[in-house]
Amino acid sequence: MPIHLTIDDVPITAPAGATILEAARANGIPIPTLCHHPDLKNVGACRMCVVSVKGARALQTACTTPAGEGMVVNTMSAEAVETRKFVLEMLLTDHPNDCMTCEVNGDCELQDLVYDYGVRWPEHAGKRHEWEIDPDPNPFIFIDRNKCILCSRCIRACQERQNRDVWSFAFRGFETKLVAGADQLLLDAGCESCGQCVAYCPVGALVDKMSMGKGRVSQVQKVRTTCAYCGVGCNFDLNVRDGKVIRVTSAEDAPVNGMALCVKGRYGYDYVHHRQRLTQPLVRAKWLDAETQAARLASGEWRLADQATKRLGGRVGSNGHQSPNDSFIAVDWDTALDVVAGKFAQEKAAHGGDAFAVLASAKCTNEENFLFAKFTRQLLATNSIDHCARL
Amino acid sequence: MTNSIRDIAEQSQCIFIIGSNTTEQHPVIGTKIRRAKRQRGAKLIVADPRRIDIADYADLHLQHKPGTDLALLNGLMHIILRQGWEDADFIAERTEGIEELRTLVAKYTPEVASAITGVPAADLEQAARMLAENRPGSLLYAMGITQHTVGVPNVMACANLQMLLGNMGVAGGGVNPLRGQNNVQGACDMGGLPNVYSGYQRVTDPAIQAKFEAAWGVGLSPRAGLTVTEMVHAAETGQVRCLYIIGENPMTSDPDLNHVREALQKTEFIVVQEIFFSETAQFADVVLPAASFVETEGTFTNTERRIQRVRKAVASPGEAKPDLWIIDELAKRLIDLKVVEIDPDAPWADWNYAGPSDVMEEINALTPIYAGATWQRLEAGAQLQWPVPDEWHPGTPILHVGKFSRGKGRFVASDHVSPAELPDAEYPLMLTTGRVLYHWHGGEMTHRARNLAAMYPDALVEIHPKDAAKAHIGPGELLKVSSRRGEILAKAEITDRVEPGLIFTTFHFAESAANFLTNPALDPEAKIPEFKVCAVKVEKVG
Ligand code: SF4
Ligand code: SF4
Ligand code: SF4
Ligand code: FES
Repeated sequence: MPIHLTIDDVPITAPAGATILEAARANGIPIPTLCHHPDLKNVGACRMCVVSVKGARALQTACTTPAGEGMVVNTMSAEAVETRKFVLEMLLTDHPNDCMTCEVNGDCELQDLVYDYGVRWPEHAGKRHEWEIDPDPNPFIFIDRNKCILCSRCIRACQERQNRDVWSFAFRGFETKLVAGADQLLLDAGCESCGQCVAYCPVGALVDKMSMGKGRVSQVQKVRTTCAYCGVGCNFDLNVRDGKVIRVTSAEDAPVNGMALCVKGRYGYDYVHHRQRLTQPLVRAKWLDAETQAARLASGEWRLADQATKRLGGRVGSNGHQSPNDSFIAVDWDTALDVVAGKFAQEKAAHGGDAFAVLASAKCTNEENFLFAKFTRQLLATNSIDHCARL
Repeated sequence: MTNSIRDIAEQSQCIFIIGSNTTEQHPVIGTKIRRAKRQRGAKLIVADPRRIDIADYADLHLQHKPGTDLALLNGLMHIILRQGWEDADFIAERTEGIEELRTLVAKYTPEVASAITGVPAADLEQAARMLAENRPGSLLYAMGITQHTVGVPNVMACANLQMLLGNMGVAGGGVNPLRGQNNVQGACDMGGLPNVYSGYQRVTDPAIQAKFEAAWGVGLSPRAGLTVTEMVHAAETGQVRCLYIIGENPMTSDPDLNHVREALQKTEFIVVQEIFFSETAQFADVVLPAASFVETEGTFTNTERRIQRVRKAVASPGEAKPDLWIIDELAKRLIDLKVVEIDPDAPWADWNYAGPSDVMEEINALTPIYAGATWQRLEAGAQLQWPVPDEWHPGTPILHVGKFSRGKGRFVASDHVSPAELPDAEYPLMLTTGRVLYHWHGGEMTHRARNLAAMYPDALVEIHPKDAAKAHIGPGELLKVSSRRGEILAKAEITDRVEPGLIFTTFHFAESAANFLTNPALDPEAKIPEFKVCAVKVEKVG
């Protein structure tokens, strides 16, 4: 049975079981939140979402209070606004004034709310925490407990989404501390470095370590793509700055995975900029015309690439077939393509299609694989094409 | 997969994982299964020779010996039939061959199945009951089922079980192979296989051959080509003279690497198209620098047949080029060199593709299962799982609803056959292979992802404390593992994740790749090598 209520004088129909927050947001009425995330169970911890409900004696937390038939809600009552300001002021009394250098500047829910509610920095606050910054050697996850607002989103993300139960709160009151396992290092507490907790943290308390200092949200361009590791097909956003991928961020609307990614998808992208990437076509000297080779090498257009291939991580020569004729020469594309096409044409004429075999790639796109297959069948005249599906 | 990740995660009452280390190889599916188990109480059964991570979450872990999947599955079906738990209506309406199955599994009593698999009979009884009482249930498998000489019978046994339970064509059911590489599904769909054109249209079917001849304006071969493993043999005998290897690294991923090395050394001309100088590139005559996925536009198809966009975010380093550009340039040159007679009037004879949308148009035209997956729809964000027979079709999240594609589902029952090579006096241990969370395949990418490499820097061999003690091996000590085909050095990880008599290692590390050891014995039909079982011995080094 749908429920009828009024929020900020707007009559609203909400599905049974909806919270006030869900009813409001579904109708474009904003209510601020901090500990709430639509993927996670509501805990009503931060009191940022308080609203006035006619007839109720106290303010209600919109994220945990079900919408009721005939309810009249005011999201911006003076009392609610004052309470939110107080909540924010309290948070700031134990938060470093670090937005200038903070990784998540511009992408921080606390910062946005402090701005929205015109809260000022409390100059003469009492005791502030001085937790050790970055205490965990996990190479992916940076922890700064001084910025933690104890919203428990990371705890719930790890527990409900990742089902690893790594995080929890230890101690009480001012001493409350976010801990991994029994106050252990992440990896010892069963963490699999998926980065979900980082993705759900509303502030700069948990940060993607590899991306620190490389670019904040206003400096990057996000490009939606599909992961190139396994067949799950997770989607995510590549964060690009100055022609480099500096971070991978979850895309809430990713059809397969939502916010979830694994350690490879989220943190395994840096190989694309590795110095060992191949950057020039390489052809063994024996396939190049000797005179042209000498001239181009002399002019610097081509170069001997044996050193380069060693640097590229190859072990050229380790198989005992290194002779001057076997040296790799780094050449231009036209030369390399002509060598391949020329040799293919010659072998095709002499031995027919059976002389060829093609290994296509499970890493390449559909369009590329379609063309590899067309190339093999139409031009090389063989069906000998396969890839590592079986391996 | 016959079903979608989502309906399995949200609607399966029982999830049966066999031969898939889901947490480490398909991590996000692993988290969804854990969530199904813990947040909504789905049952979870894991059958695996090792105590893999997901087994810790399971209601029941069946730790069967490697290479005994058929005996295990037949044993479960025996119990289901004995108890009358089969879905009689489904079987009568939608299947054939039940009598054959009944006869075959009759001899796999719990005692017999238990003797072969090493799984206690009581656990088999409990698993069968759990499967029967919690429907719909889905079955998930990966290379642990296929990489055996009985890979094809194993897959059929999975299908038999699910048909028996009536778990086909329903949300939360299905037979769901988890595909390894990101686009292995797409590479198969696009005809990167020796026996089919795109969309699994057989090269040996004359009507299909005529269709592609008309489209591409050339005569086409009516004979199936060589598979990867056959290519290696043909290269060795000199029948294959030119190898064109694109983004693959047979020097780590194929079985019996010493043999692969000899074959590559003998080959007349090898072209390798890659993003890194791979182990295979050492044997190349020409190495062409390709673009990585962040430099490429196109589509990938995931394990649940979902076609998704890949987008270019940055420029390629140096002169590296997209594979699409490279193959197009080569094709145009071969056409200029007149390697074949092409009818210029054929509708798709031409090359000169400006980009992936041009290619997708041709895929749509020639591939019925992709016919409606147009570039425009994909770009607009349409979520399409093939088959997508036309432009208005919403895609097919679940296969075999109401009817199997071949009409009636056929039970094809097979007996247990031992792996091709079993431990003996000389090679007393069994080796099984796989992957770990932090690495991928031959490690070409993950070894160059700084922190992934840091998380798992060395090749490890998992060995049970008892076997380690016998060989006087301490934790982290270097050991030599040898088989009839080769040897590797790796560090010992002493753990009861493996049973006594079984060791485990990966093929992520070129120098200590398990594939120096593995047995190239093939499944006769699928031509998949038996990576999951071979006989080895271990010795302490130094
Ligand atoms: S990285 Fe993943 S597993 Fe580790 S603590 Fe965070 S959510 Fe949990
Ligand atoms: S680390 Fe972040 S997500 Fe976790 S409790 Fe603190 S502020 Fe919330
Ligand atoms: S993020 Fe992880 S689970 Fe998702 S596709 Fe990539 S490798 Fe697979
Ligand atoms: S968002 Fe409602 S209490 Fe935190």
